[in-house]
Amino acid sequence: MKFREPQIEMAHGAGGKATRRLIDGLIAPLLMRDAYDAHESLGDAATVDLDGAAVAITTDAFVVTPLKFPGGSIGDLAVNGTVNDLAVSGATPVAMVVSFVLEAGLPTSILEAEVRAMAQAAACAGIAIVGGDTKVVEHGKADQMYITTTGIGLRRPGLLLGPRQVQPGDKIIVSGPIGDHGITILLARGELDLEADLQSDTRSVFPLVEALIRAAGPGVRWMRDPTRGGVATTLNELALDSGFGIHLLEELIPVRAEVRGACELLGLDPLHIANEGQLLTVVAAEYAEMALAAMGERAALIGEVKSEPAGSVLVTTGYGGSRIVDMLVGDPLPRIC
Amino acid sequence: MRFVDEFRDPEVINTVAEEIRWLTDPGRRYRFMEVCGGHTHAIYRFGLKDVLPENIELIHGPGCPVCVLPMGRIDDGLALGRQPEVIFAAFGDMMRVPGAHGSPLEHKARGMDVRIVYSPSDALKLARTNPDRHVMFFAIGFETTAPSTALTLMRAKAEGITNFSVFCNHVTIIPAIRAILDSPDMRLDAFIGPGHVSTVIGCRPYEWIARDEKRPIVVSGFEPLDMLQAIVMLLKQIKARTSIVENQYKRVVPWEGNRAALAAMAEVFELRPFFEWRGLGFISQSALRIKESYAQWDAERRFDVAGVRVTDPKAAQCGEVLKGVLKPVQCKLFGRECTPERPVGALMVSSEGSCAAYYNYEHRKTLGRQPATV
Repeated sequence: MKFREPQIEMAHGAGGKATRRLIDGLIAPLLMRDAYDAHESLGDAATVDLDGAAVAITTDAFVVTPLKFPGGSIGDLAVNGTVNDLAVSGATPVAMVVSFVLEAGLPTSILEAEVRAMAQAAACAGIAIVGGDTKVVEHGKADQMYITTTGIGLRRPGLLLGPRQVQPGDKIIVSGPIGDHGITILLARGELDLEADLQSDTRSVFPLVEALIRAAGPGVRWMRDPTRGGVATTLNELALDSGFGIHLLEELIPVRAEVRGACELLGLDPLHIANEGQLLTVVAAEYAEMALAAMGERAALIGEVKSEPAGSVLVTTGYGGSRIVDMLVGDPLPRIC
Repeated sequence: MRFVDEFRDPEVINTVAEEIRWLTDPGRRYRFMEVCGGHTHAIYRFGLKDVLPENIELIHGPGCPVCVLPMGRIDDGLALGRQPEVIFAAFGDMMRVPGAHGSPLEHKARGMDVRIVYSPSDALKLARTNPDRHVMFFAIGFETTAPSTALTLMRAKAEGITNFSVFCNHVTIIPAIRAILDSPDMRLDAFIGPGHVSTVIGCRPYEWIARDEKRPIVVSGFEPLDMLQAIVMLLKQIKARTSIVENQYKRVVPWEGNRAALAAMAEVFELRPFFEWRGLGFISQSALRIKESYAQWDAERRFDVAGVRVTDPKAAQCGEVLKGVLKPVQCKLFGRECTPERPVGALMVSSEGSCAAYYNYEHRKTLGRQPATV
């Protein structure tokens, strides 16, 4: 469907429904004709064939306020975000290029701290930074600094991943508590008089992916890192692209008390809150135990794929009440009155 | 998590659900109205319909302040916000509500200075830190939020902050309940009373509902067990053929209300002779305006307000849904022209609005339950 909205709103960048409309209705049809005509769903990374080698390639731009927050900073996010997009596509991260947009007046100390954070995150993740670009814009034309990273990786042979591999009966597993990053950022902005002992979960999920594939490789059907829009948006995309229903049991979903508390107060759903270091995967039922053991003690089996309700995510409570959880609509806005 | 988990305990919930089944007469229908939008949201979010017998029907009431605000008021507020010196401040709840020329968020995207605040005192803080601008707080809410607006105005006056004003859309709950009961096409057996409003006004203002209208009313909290217990209390009253006001939410709601909050409201506000409610029309003495003694901080007095009146889109049946005559899904626009992303009426915007709650949490569930075709 053609994108007919007259102007770009913040919602088009929030990772939910509006973002999908913009990409499917304007950007993909004009720039990616072949993939669009084949109705291929867009994954976290694309694959190009280079003389027989399947190379995964992905890019991501990072804009975050504040630049530093408990548990990380924009530099960590910029490296880990791209590493994670490669990792969940089943690729081993190899190299990365970086481009900076800097606002005139930015203190050198801030830039240096972020560049150092990137170097450290890259070393941790085992990816080489091999090039880049720097642009400076007038003061007031950008918010301190933006970072774009583009990464390539080598796809593991023999691994078939994607929404079309998913079958009813498959199990859904998440690597740890959800919503830490989004709530940390919300609190770090200082607009709410709320404090919590909470840190962003930003990290490379590549070690998790490796452990998962070692333990349950043939049973792994689909992997994503649920960033903007949270677990709910990512699973809604899976539901739409696979045509199946995603059933979650609310009491099995790991959420820290601090995140739950903030969400209760603000009328938000932890399932809509961003993560930066969690792995969400669908595995065949017979591999679920092995996958769970490989993904660490915080990992939890949170639900199952069923044939109905097709294209939707349904959450059931311990007492049998159920609700549909949709993609995030726009930015999450706190509810007050 | 304390104060939450004990009210969501599956075992206790199942016991109470069993008690509800035992108290209901399968030969009749029960029509209960939950007055408050917070209850509407909770009913869908917790999937309470799945644990209630089919002959208990919950009807969504007028207690969602965003939903009952007529579009003209939003347009008036946005027109003031378009003046270059003005910062338009409002709760997140308001940000996606459509005016005739777009929502506050869409105005923000076009360059208007729109800020989301978490309390009226945050808006006053904005005024302090932006002395060369004028901060206008677009105030909405029932008696729940009106006291915080009142206290903020008292502080602005005490501190002599002059670059701040309030565009007051505060409404009161009792006249809305009266309008619902006066509506000829409305048959209700009982009310689930609003929890947050009652922390301020207490339980006495509901006595006429029980005494004169012979309808039981139970003021309820917002957790699944709160609401189920309130339903048990209503069923017991119906079984005993009594109608009284009861307070299920005693841990928060004092019978006499909050005197300090009521005193702040009395200091700053007075009743408007009448006010337009979306779906319900003009209701006399149903809303608050700022008193003469605070005129300097009243955006309606300070600026030229056009008093725009916008009729709701004809095809939208917000009024019927708001009064509980139609279910959201029975509206001609529901889920087609009108969705949470592209809302036509306010009931689809606020997460407390019955249309949005129904669309988000319930709608596709029923589609999923349709028998699969072979």
